[in-house]
Amino acid sequence: MSPAVTADLTAVVITLRLAATTTLILLVLGTPLAWWLARTHSALRTPIEALVAMPLVMPPTVLGFYLLVGLGPHSPLGAAWGRLTDSTLPFSFAGLVVGSVIYSLPFVVQPLQAAFESQGRVLLEAAATLRAGPLDRFFTVALPLARRGLVTAATLGFAHTVGEFGVVLMIGGGIPGRTEVASIAIYNHVQDLQYARANVLAAGLLAFSFLILLMVYTINRRLRRRGL
Amino acid sequence: MNAIRVDLRLERPGFRLEARFDAPARGVTALFGPSGSGKTTLLRAIAGLEPDAAGVVRVSGLAWQDSARRIFVPTHRRAVGYVSQETALFPHRTVRGNLDYAWRRAPPRERTVDPDHAARWLELEGLLTRRPHQLSGGERQRVAIARALVSAPRLLLLDEPLSALDLAGRLRILPYLERLHDTLDLPVLLVSHSLDEVARLADRMVLIEDGRVRACGALAEMLARLDLPTAHGDQAGAVLDTVIAEHDPDYRLTGLAFPGGRLMIAQHPEPIGARVRVRILARDISIALDPPRRTSILNVLPAQVSELAAESPAQVMVRLDVGGAALLARVTRRSADALGLHPGQAVFAQVKSVALS
Repeated sequence: MSPAVTADLTAVVITLRLAATTTLILLVLGTPLAWWLARTHSALRTPIEALVAMPLVMPPTVLGFYLLVGLGPHSPLGAAWGRLTDSTLPFSFAGLVVGSVIYSLPFVVQPLQAAFESQGRVLLEAAATLRAGPLDRFFTVALPLARRGLVTAATLGFAHTVGEFGVVLMIGGGIPGRTEVASIAIYNHVQDLQYARANVLAAGLLAFSFLILLMVYTINRRLRRRGL
Repeated sequence: MNAIRVDLRLERPGFRLEARFDAPARGVTALFGPSGSGKTTLLRAIAGLEPDAAGVVRVSGLAWQDSARRIFVPTHRRAVGYVSQETALFPHRTVRGNLDYAWRRAPPRERTVDPDHAARWLELEGLLTRRPHQLSGGERQRVAIARALVSAPRLLLLDEPLSALDLAGRLRILPYLERLHDTLDLPVLLVSHSLDEVARLADRMVLIEDGRVRACGALAEMLARLDLPTAHGDQAGAVLDTVIAEHDPDYRLTGLAFPGGRLMIAQHPEPIGARVRVRILARDISIALDPPRRTSILNVLPAQVSELAAESPAQVMVRLDVGGAALLARVTRRSADALGLHPGQAVFAQVKSVALS
């Protein structure tokens, strides 16, 4: 394999690893958050909903800039990270994950929240009358019934992370082999006038996005046909 | 005796619930009243689904709620079976899966009806592998009842269990509910706005109006009380608990005995000695002063007028005492005047039709 192809493959592997890690973290953090947002009557609900949606309207470079500052070795968070791991968050894979988790948050939380909200309270109440406690109800009723929302959330979170550019460039710096993801590699190829290499990567991402959406729609259609 | 005590208050904008009643440990108590009177809210509060409700709910010696003592047992710790109007079956589970969900969470020592038993009883054996969306309304309702029974409740709450069904569906599910009543040693609170349903299923009635308990008591007594709206209108009538005393295979008739005499009805399939509840509407009884002879009416009972109340400018509702049982008769005011009807008067009640409940 030529070094050029290897470098591109590395960028693809980093991208997929980043997207998978981010999606996993987002599902673990986003599901309880979405559940809380769907059920609470707290006054905090609206401000937190607005915060979650911020990445949808903010320029990625703005988020990236503040992350760079906020996670740097002189910030409290960055210093703590440095003591724990003896490394810095900016320009590292861990930094990319932190940035991606924040940036893709709404794409995971919003479909989940909508799924939980559409369930209503009737089935949860029925489960309560059958002696299911709150956690039991969440895992045996709310979560299984949010399956379509979970599929959508995971897909959107994954695909959106794959397509990220501004945030990962700001916080990762696009270091080949470490923090250069596919979208940055495409940009660099275009800068170097290597349109053929850019085209291979770009077409790959295009096909990937299409396949993933196709998969989601198929799964959701199957679930719907089974009355879920 | 009074195994169930309910004394609940709940305030909502434009609505106030303030209900207090007792019910025995056995039998069906109907919460009856017009739509919007707060029956469903009351039932939900008893199940612990209305956290804003304050007051007392006590079931067979256990305080499920006692706001003065800061006791509020959450729904999942109340041994309550709840069948709501919108049969809330889990769509991601089969019928069997729905029954098992309840069974697994019922404390082993309190379990009474297992899923197989419940399925056999409500004739669900052929449906066990289906999912809720593949069931008819009546089947869903039966599954919901079976699931509630499997959860080993100490109190069964039924919220308009027949309202989602058409007439045919109702007629099919009523026998199951009646069997429930006859065989299970489990108190049932039944919310209904159908007097017919109440007359068929309940032993006691709590009459609810505008979030308050207007009156409560044994069903037969309640239905005969002329001061209550249930004793007025086209559906007004009395219920009698009778025993099958004879069959006349020649004329295809069955004789029902009750303290006030005997009623002949169309042949009934149950054997002699079986208990049968009948409902006789006030509009189906006419009054005569002399024993009518040469009449086609089979059932003529000696009775005594106990009370009269104006029904409309043209009609009068008459309560009759028939050997201790009460019957209602609706007659025109003109007839009442012509016969000089007054309390204590001996008359004959001619029963034009008897409905089986």
